[in-house]
Amino acid sequence: MTLLVAEGISKSFGGLHAVQAVSFRVADGEILGLIGPNGAGKTTLFHIISGFLPPDRGTIHYAGEPLAGLRPHDICQRGMVRTFQVTRPFQRLSVLENVVIGALQRVPHRRDAIRIAEEMLALTGLSEKARNPGHGLTIADRKRVELARALATRPRLLLLDEVMAGLNPGETDRLIELIRRVHAQGITIMLIEHVMKAVMSLSQRILVLSYGQLIAQGAPAEIVRNPQVIEAYLGEGYAELEP
Amino acid sequence: MIGRAALGIAAAAGLLVLPFYVPSTWQNLLITTFYYAYLGQAWNLLGGYAGQLSLGHAAFFGFGAYVSVLLQMHLGISPWIGMFGGALLAAVFSQGVGYLGFRFGLRGFYFILLTLAAAEICRLVALHLSILGGYTGIFIPFKPNPWQYQFQGKIPYYFIALALLAFGSAVVWLVQRSKFGSYLVAIREDEDACEALGVDTFRYKMIAYGLSGALTALGGTFYAYYQFYLQPNTVLNINHSVDIMIRPIVGGSGTILGPVLGAFLLELLGEFSRTYFAASLAGLNVAIYGVLLIVVVLFLPRGVYPSLRGWLRRAGGSAE
Repeated sequence: MTLLVAEGISKSFGGLHAVQAVSFRVADGEILGLIGPNGAGKTTLFHIISGFLPPDRGTIHYAGEPLAGLRPHDICQRGMVRTFQVTRPFQRLSVLENVVIGALQRVPHRRDAIRIAEEMLALTGLSEKARNPGHGLTIADRKRVELARALATRPRLLLLDEVMAGLNPGETDRLIELIRRVHAQGITIMLIEHVMKAVMSLSQRILVLSYGQLIAQGAPAEIVRNPQVIEAYLGEGYAELEP
Repeated sequence: MIGRAALGIAAAAGLLVLPFYVPSTWQNLLITTFYYAYLGQAWNLLGGYAGQLSLGHAAFFGFGAYVSVLLQMHLGISPWIGMFGGALLAAVFSQGVGYLGFRFGLRGFYFILLTLAAAEICRLVALHLSILGGYTGIFIPFKPNPWQYQFQGKIPYYFIALALLAFGSAVVWLVQRSKFGSYLVAIREDEDACEALGVDTFRYKMIAYGLSGALTALGGTFYAYYQFYLQPNTVLNINHSVDIMIRPIVGGSGTILGPVLGAFLLELLGEFSRTYFAASLAGLNVAIYGVLLIVVVLFLPRGVYPSLRGWLRRAGGSAE
């Protein structure tokens, strides 16, 4: 079953064609990777899907419904939630309270939201930092707060924008494991990622964006061998890692 | 816990008997304090919790004052009923201004300017409405009658102001513990993150504005029947909007005790500078008031209450 269908999405900023006629589908239950060099339009595409930016052209259907004209909170209420590449914790709220805001999406009372938030903190390994304020967290913890509060909204489709960026190898491994666990709960995931180890091991399918255009899509093994992709994005650095 | 409850009961009992034992000037001081603390609570909902700074709350105040007075003077309707008419009109007005501001995404300074402009429009319109008495203003004939919100002596006003403050604080307390209040605080911190998490920021800001405006209007009715004189250039003046917002900011915006503490401090500060400096040189008391205000804002940028709470916690921690 298809959860998300994007058809002919285009977006320009002045003379810059950030996204050009991009079409793709997200199947229910998959992990879909979205890669591409810096400035390829990945985050712009996320902004469009999640309702933060209107596309110039093209349509998006989520669970069979068109998303045109919906605001981000409408889209979140329908079960699609995104995280931000540049993490945006509520600075003066505690870690727990950050996640409570997400949980209130599904329950009307704070005590139920607090219970859900505590579960999400346990899942993401933040329980001990529940009382810390949103400011002053390490990068790794900020990424986890983003993830925990997105999960607290009980999404069906989770859009992750570079959650691995800035993490050390140990932290990356733990986060990959966490994303696997989230996926095992039945949540469909689409992720933008620069950390190749993460995107290659997690994704069942990968889309490659370059200069706003979709240049390839397929299984990770196909993508790493695709000459166009290697030229556009992976470059020699990654080719050297291949035997 | 028991100690805290006992302290609360003692304080409440103290406030109930206090007006009978203090001179009239003190009564006036306390009434003004409660009344500004109440207005501060109303402003705090929008400005402190939701982080949408309004420099135009005088307009809501004016709706409360004028609507209740006009209804009473021309139709004989009791201000106790009329004040809700004023609150309703203030809420409607807030939705108009709020729609313009929030739908078009005005944030920070631009929202402040919008609220200021809206209040200035109200002031200019009011000056040219003959029913409001123009520059002369309206004198409300004093006929003591509790049903008409008119009382002999200050003590009844003391209790009304205290009741308003208790009511306003209760509303804020309830909001603070609700989903609505949680969302307001999150909106203050980061609107985009809120939207991503499914929070309809527009809707909650509109509700906060409406509630804040309606509560402020109730304060306006009190003012009208405490002063018995309304003039657009005082009631709807920007100075009045500043008076409303300055107390919660000094006391600690976004906290329930901030507006109360701010109101007490500024009242004491004002009284102190009037008593000791007004006689020696004209305007000196205002200058000193200003300097003291700058000192407070400079050294306690988040307000007195949050700083005080921090010190008490640290002191408590070191004692253990």
